[in-house]
Amino acid sequence: MDEQQLLKDIASREYGEGFETNIRQEFIPKGLSESTIRLISSKKGEPQWLLDFRLDAFRKWQRMTPPRWGHLSRLPEIDFQDIIYYAAPVRDEDRPTEIDPELEKTFDKLGIPLREREALAGVKPKSSVAVDAVFDSVSVSTTFRQHLAEKGIIFCSFGEAVQNYPDLVRKYLATVVPSGDNFYAALNSAVFSDGSFCYIPKGVKCPMDLSSYFRINAAGTGQFERTLIVADEGSSLSYMEGCTAPMRDTNQLHAAVVEIIVEKDADVRYSTVQNWYPGDKEGRGGILNLVTKRGLCKEGAHLSWTQVETGSAITWKYPSTILQGDNSTSEFYSVALTNNWQQADTGTKMIHVGRNTRSRIVSKGISAGHSDNSYRGLVRVMPGAENARNYSECDSLLLGSNCGAHTFPVIRSQNATAQVEHEATTSKISEDQLFYCNQRGISPEEATALIVGGYAKEVLSRLPMEFAVEAKKLLSVNLEGAIG
Amino acid sequence: MNILEINNLHASVEGKEILRGVSLTVPEGEVHALMGPNGAGKSTLSAVLTGRPGYTVTEGSVLYRGQDLLALKPEERSWAGLFLSFQYPIEIPGVSISAFMKAAVDARRKAAGKATLSAAEYLRLLNEKMAFVGMKPEFAKREVNVGFSGGEKKRCEIFQMAMLDPALSILDETDSGLDVDALKTVADGVNALRGPQKSALVITHYKRLLEMVVPDRVHVLKAGSIVAEGGFELVEQIENEGYDSIR
Repeated sequence: MDEQQLLKDIASREYGEGFETNIRQEFIPKGLSESTIRLISSKKGEPQWLLDFRLDAFRKWQRMTPPRWGHLSRLPEIDFQDIIYYAAPVRDEDRPTEIDPELEKTFDKLGIPLREREALAGVKPKSSVAVDAVFDSVSVSTTFRQHLAEKGIIFCSFGEAVQNYPDLVRKYLATVVPSGDNFYAALNSAVFSDGSFCYIPKGVKCPMDLSSYFRINAAGTGQFERTLIVADEGSSLSYMEGCTAPMRDTNQLHAAVVEIIVEKDADVRYSTVQNWYPGDKEGRGGILNLVTKRGLCKEGAHLSWTQVETGSAITWKYPSTILQGDNSTSEFYSVALTNNWQQADTGTKMIHVGRNTRSRIVSKGISAGHSDNSYRGLVRVMPGAENARNYSECDSLLLGSNCGAHTFPVIRSQNATAQVEHEATTSKISEDQLFYCNQRGISPEEATALIVGGYAKEVLSRLPMEFAVEAKKLLSVNLEGAIG
Repeated sequence: MNILEINNLHASVEGKEILRGVSLTVPEGEVHALMGPNGAGKSTLSAVLTGRPGYTVTEGSVLYRGQDLLALKPEERSWAGLFLSFQYPIEIPGVSISAFMKAAVDARRKAAGKATLSAAEYLRLLNEKMAFVGMKPEFAKREVNVGFSGGEKKRCEIFQMAMLDPALSILDETDSGLDVDALKTVADGVNALRGPQKSALVITHYKRLLEMVVPDRVHVLKAGSIVAEGGFELVEQIENEGYDSIR
């Protein structure tokens, strides 16, 4: 084994998903122009209205500049002409409907079974989860579609939804995140290549958890996926999202959009475990995760966001809820861990429009190494939001003395009947806590993971069970070397 | 064989010398009491023995079963069978007693090259030891020391001692501020763990615990060194005439 390989192995011990899949892929040429967009659209055989949507977004994007208000000093200038906007595995022409065994192996290694029978019979708790697996620019497999279709549930790739359910897509697309919403949302609207689509009909309780798994594989590419979830009146859904990428010395851009429409009295739980490659110990490489996620709650609807953010060199995301309907409610539970040179600027926006709307924000930041971790939140109470209530709690935990924790909470209330509460704490793991654990035989590394797990418990306990186990593991893996 | 052999131990905190030549030996299988007035250095001694950060040993040595104890990290000392019942147990929010002890039991087994306990085996052990210290099994779900009364904290220390089955237990004023029932729990705990291979160093101010846990030998620490050693008569003397009577 040569030295380089050895070094790579040592570094990769901490990021178990950093491998690369060798597979035949097709790429379009690097760079971004109208013709790039036309090419992506034609590859997907899209209708004219969607191409028009993309081109309109592109024109908006061209007039915009990248936002710089995030507390993200390490976010580099991105050369948008130096990115490949479409990369897809080549399907075997003789067996166009079969999944490439290499892809299957890849997802298997990541713990994502693409075969339903095995998934159902499997001992793994993942068995009750349907998954849409996205590899670079395309969805390669969506499981349990038939099973779900029996209940009228549509769960497929975004591309298929455009082909098979154009009216639904057209009705809801960009209704929560307009194409010109922000720089990265506009970029996504112009170049998105695939993603997941989900529709739960009126009154249906989705019988299993649905999920999207995003995998970046190819070098030099960006991933721009779009997720559109519609929970019709009185329905309910638990949706999970996971992601990983190979280890590389260069940054890769991930600019996604997630839109969730929660119709009257519907209930959606959206959980994310974000484990993009965070870069190495010196801060080289890693994913730039610049994401727009937003939900719209109609009357009596409920939307709950839970996120565990451990990956990415840069995280810039604010899953938000517009509480449009009266009596609608939303929560945002977040754990963001940054180590080494990672930087995260993350939080939420709760926009209270309807009467008696309620929101709750619980944010737990953990910073280690030379990282920076910021909570940024907006609680907005519009004039008509009689009796709106918000409770926010932002806690920061610092490990070591070279890292930073920041909070930027903004409250804007235009209704005198509203009640908004905000609490914030900053703490360190005390030497006493560590010693107490050590005396019981628990090593400093394990003790740190244990204490951090306790600190994050309120959020982790909101995750679906199998996800919580994974999240806990990730927190402790990502803490390695954080103390000492 | 001596489980503990302290020779001329000097230690300081923030440059101030607290221990000034402590020598003390505990043979295996014996329970010894360490008494002394406030500020004598009793807690410093327990801190140095367990490797708490912030304490500097400037002279002397400590042998644990003939091995240099001071060369070991705190967790290695624990794996070797050293246990400290803390005078002021520490809170760990969000971590249940059950999870905390699971981590401790697993770490110890791993260090000994043994397989970790299955969930069922662990639960059996937990319930047995909970019952032993008179705690309801639900108590194991509480967060470590968070919102505990003084008595609950001490009872929980004894529970942890029972779980980890140490070879040498140091009880640092575990009896302070306890009511009679809790005191009895502590005493029963120590007595139950007595045996040919079990030793303890009981640090206390008071006779009442030592009446229940009768020590094999008593050491008196004053101003950083051992000034007297003997049997139970020393306890009686201190109780009746105070530390000033011992020189």
